[in-house]
Amino acid sequence: MAARIRVATASLCGCFGCHMSLLDIDERFLDLVERVDLDRTPLTDIKTFGDCDLALVEGGVANVENVEVLLEIRRRCKILVAFGACAVNGGIPAMRNQVSLGECLRESYMNGIGLERPGIPNDPEIPLLLDRVHPIHEVVAVDHVLPGCPPSADAIWTFLSALLDGRPIDYAYTQIHYD
Amino acid sequence: MSRTFRLDGREIPFAPGQTIMDAALAAGVYIPHLCHNPEFAPHGSCRVCVVDIGGRQVSACTAAASEGLEVDSASEMIQATRRAILQMLFVEGNHVCPACEKSGDCQLQAVAYYVGMLTPHFTHFFPRRSIDASHPDVIIDFNRCILCELCVRASRDHDGKRVFAISGRGLDSHLVIESPSGKLGDSAFAKEDKAAQVCPTGAILPKHRGYETPIGRRLYDREPISIVGDTRAPGNRQSAREVD
Repeated sequence: MAARIRVATASLCGCFGCHMSLLDIDERFLDLVERVDLDRTPLTDIKTFGDCDLALVEGGVANVENVEVLLEIRRRCKILVAFGACAVNGGIPAMRNQVSLGECLRESYMNGIGLERPGIPNDPEIPLLLDRVHPIHEVVAVDHVLPGCPPSADAIWTFLSALLDGRPIDYAYTQIHYD
Repeated sequence: MSRTFRLDGREIPFAPGQTIMDAALAAGVYIPHLCHNPEFAPHGSCRVCVVDIGGRQVSACTAAASEGLEVDSASEMIQATRRAILQMLFVEGNHVCPACEKSGDCQLQAVAYYVGMLTPHFTHFFPRRSIDASHPDVIIDFNRCILCELCVRASRDHDGKRVFAISGRGLDSHLVIESPSGKLGDSAFAKEDKAAQVCPTGAILPKHRGYETPIGRRLYDREPISIVGDTRAPGNRQSAREVD
């Protein structure tokens, strides 16, 4: 049995769908926790990173906090995985790149339908948005890529089990999809 | 006496005048392609059908078959070249598969699956392009256009209408529509046109039927394009359902 490895996960500008798909590996999670220790992840609510062997990063980079978290993950983790469509290519949030940030905010918070108190949020606790949403490989080096919106539980398990066993990762045709 | 060349070690018969792509298609051997459709004159623009002949890389859809050729279409080097071409096509437009009605039936996506593309890899252009929803039956999303000119060729050579053309040079190349307003709704285009049925991406889409076939049961959801063929291939039941 190989030594246990330390795993972090994070959701940047994503919808947590990829994390939900990770939970969809169901009883295989019992095999997984025998072989990994969880570090910072929304699954445990641990807020700080330790040194990790593996990080699964969901979501693209849309604000300054996403950049900070992603840079720290890169510093802390040996193997960084772009986990799901948004991390891989920006995904749905990157559709806002079609308009300027100002237009996007005005449409959402000033001109949108059914607004009670129009106004662009400017609380200092809200991370500042970037002008564009970026895939994570445009900010840090990425070691592995798992596409899909979300990647299926079977694809996630193919990836994780192969990585843990030190085998080549060999996806079935139906496991790789971009939607 | 039949003439042959060798494609990945397999003897492929051909008739004089056939391209490598023609002969391979006739023999039932798949060479990935996007801008090629056997119903129209070869275009050679997408470069996805790149093959190696004696150390020289050529597009199979425009290279003439000749006796004794040794053609490599399956080596990792060729597949890697195709992956890079696909990656460039993906970052050059806005291909958001989770938000596209064509997903699962899309030839661009299916060819990318076939060559093992996991990521677009390059820096995304995120170009700002428009959508033309002016026609009652068909929508054009320019974000997804890969400039294959299949609609241009179909409208000109089959429909006799010349509704589409490519304008501009280099990065500024873009699809234009022949009508007083430049909008599809003001053009001679009709949903029955061949040009409405040949797009290998989700750029030209029929309206009102987006998810009639659910995700998961679409043409390329279960089997690769090398087995099920092009979206609009003659005799393909899926295409018959999609376009009346």
